Amino acid sequence: MEPLLKVTGLQKHFPIRKGLLQRQTGAVKAVDGLDFEVYPGETLGVVGESGCGKSTMGRLITRLLEPTGGKIEFQGTDISHLGVAGMRPLRRDVQMIFQDPYGSLNPRHTVGSIVSAPFKLQGVEPEGGVKKEVQRLLGLVGLNPEHYNRYPHEFSGGQRQRIGIARALALKPKLVVADEPVSALDVSIQAQVVNLLDDLQDELGLTYVFIAHDLSVVRHVSDRIAVMYLGKIVELADRKSLYESPMHPYTKALMSAVPVPDPRRRGAKSERILLQGDVPSPIAPPPGCRFHTRCWKATDLCRTQEPPLLELRPGQRVACHHPENAEGVTVPEARQSVDVTITKKPEPAEPEATEPEPEAEATADAKAEAEVKKDDAPGE
Amino acid sequence: MTAPLHETSAGEATATVDGAPDAPGTPDKSGSGGKAIEGRSPWKIAWTRLKRDKLALAGAFVVIFLILVAIFAPVIVGLLGHPPDEFHEDQIDPLFGTPIGSWGGINGDFLLGVEPVNGRDVFSRIVYGARISLLVAFLAAVFAVFLGTILGIIAGYFGGWIDAALSRVMDVMLAFPQLLFTIALVSVLPNELLGLDGSGVRIAALVLVIGFFGWPYVGRIVRGQTLSLRNREYVEAAQSLGAGRFYILRRELLPNLIAPITVYATLMIPTNILTEAALSFLGAGVKPPTASWGQMLSTAITTYESDPLFMVIPGLAIFITVLAFNLFGDGVRDALDPKGSR
Repeated sequence: MEPLLKVTGLQKHFPIRKGLLQRQTGAVKAVDGLDFEVYPGETLGVVGESGCGKSTMGRLITRLLEPTGGKIEFQGTDISHLGVAGMRPLRRDVQMIFQDPYGSLNPRHTVGSIVSAPFKLQGVEPEGGVKKEVQRLLGLVGLNPEHYNRYPHEFSGGQRQRIGIARALALKPKLVVADEPVSALDVSIQAQVVNLLDDLQDELGLTYVFIAHDLSVVRHVSDRIAVMYLGKIVELADRKSLYESPMHPYTKALMSAVPVPDPRRRGAKSERILLQGDVPSPIAPPPGCRFHTRCWKATDLCRTQEPPLLELRPGQRVACHHPENAEGVTVPEARQSVDVTITKKPEPAEPEATEPEPEAEATADAKAEAEVKKDDAPGE
Repeated sequence: MTAPLHETSAGEATATVDGAPDAPGTPDKSGSGGKAIEGRSPWKIAWTRLKRDKLALAGAFVVIFLILVAIFAPVIVGLLGHPPDEFHEDQIDPLFGTPIGSWGGINGDFLLGVEPVNGRDVFSRIVYGARISLLVAFLAAVFAVFLGTILGIIAGYFGGWIDAALSRVMDVMLAFPQLLFTIALVSVLPNELLGLDGSGVRIAALVLVIGFFGWPYVGRIVRGQTLSLRNREYVEAAQSLGAGRFYILRRELLPNLIAPITVYATLMIPTNILTEAALSFLGAGVKPPTASWGQMLSTAITTYESDPLFMVIPGLAIFITVLAFNLFGDGVRDALDPKGSR
């Protein structure tokens, strides 16, 4: 099947400028070489910690940001460096749902004018008139169509998010990038909105890129999941493989942090991995494997040689020299590269001694969860 | 505009704002029953808030009264006074040059007394002075807001070297000795220019100078607001729909800037009135015989020992006007408070 969206080597570096002359002294490597594709009709979940570049990735593929390097192809067209005018016709097919339901709706516009903005901007005259179509959309997302003339402040967070969804769906897009669409909502409302997105996908044949940090939400909606760490994809696999036999140590650590809602099953989940230290700065990411500073399996190889993202099992791509759950799987290129790079001086940056810590539930659970579920809003 | 909704209006209205803690506190309005669902715009909410602010309303009444006085000055003077330039030497004590009678010559004919020495009607001059004060203050505020909004929004939205350059210009303007500059400028102004007579030239000069030195204040506020607004997600949402820069400036940013601009403009008017009075006091304002409050104050200096009321009256006029505008402006600011209107 032809991919709807194909991303190769995607990079976004935000320059850091200093001094009177605004000389560039460095760059925040928010996204540093992503390769993935999205197929029609599927949902690609993207997870990762705060500041790993998930949201930047979303803004790159909707071209709200211009990539520093790499290529974005939408239906075979290279859109990586199109300008405002060049992108305009494509905007119909690629839409975005935003994280903050309070920030994504202009408080000075009525719901009607917010949801009809896509028609105005794209010069589309829907059948039966704009107003009728807007009211149909409001009905579609579960709002009262009569609320056409209301202002955003008159709605609750969940209702506002529905307005944002109606706006994103107005032009019948093919690809919808949802940037943490439920993380700002109440848990009870989260389920409603996630289910709404699910239903709309079936109804309208949508393709989603679903960015989130909540692993259970991602598990619920995604067909395939990409795990990001420090601007890179460390593992990309279908939902089942990823949740049942994660291969990258980082994925494994993330999975072990998912809280088990059933107290009777808590004991069954024996191994909890508590990652030590902080995420390194994306201004100066560690050499070699970016995860080596926090990985309990790190070797000299990891400190010098960056592992490529390889398909180690059918449908499961992993960037790791020493994958987990890898019985019967060989990592050919990594083995070869040992001889080449072992002569290099190992990086002095000391990795913290991190070993898997099967720890007492309460503290480990809380800590790990805090690590993973920290709210993030990069670039805001 | 709105589709009629029959039986649900009141119930719906309360149901939809459930859990929204920022639902504004005028429930009596939403339950007006039987009407179509009509959203209450941020402006309507601000208006209901302003209506509850007694001080601001008092200020607003005085402001409206003053504006009416300024507009209908000839009518008012025709009914209650004498032409502002008419000399009434019969009202003046020829020996001392002071008005005949107590309280600066106040009587049924001259409501606020007469000017010392030449006996012009103080009431008429105060009424006509309101024209000059308000006209200069309004036009200067409009000019400053116009320049400030455009340059501020450009600086804030485009950023980079444009922002740096405009911000430095604002800094320079704010550090400029406005009063000295104006006095120097006015002294070299010709008596006639572009078809304006002496007073017209002076008024135009006052408006331009006060407005020109006022825009950096507006510009800074607009720039700051734009900086914070341009990163909002609704701007990105518009971009993701294919909106160009001009659309975003006009449709997404400007509507959110109008509230702070309105507030600043209302609070700028009293400052401008004071500046105009100060300039007139220093002789850089409108030319006599055209009346202005600051100029009357300046004339009164020579006679304040024998006729103190002639100094008190224009002073009171300035004081009341500035106070009313400030109260009204504060009320507008409270009503448009962004924390409450989101």
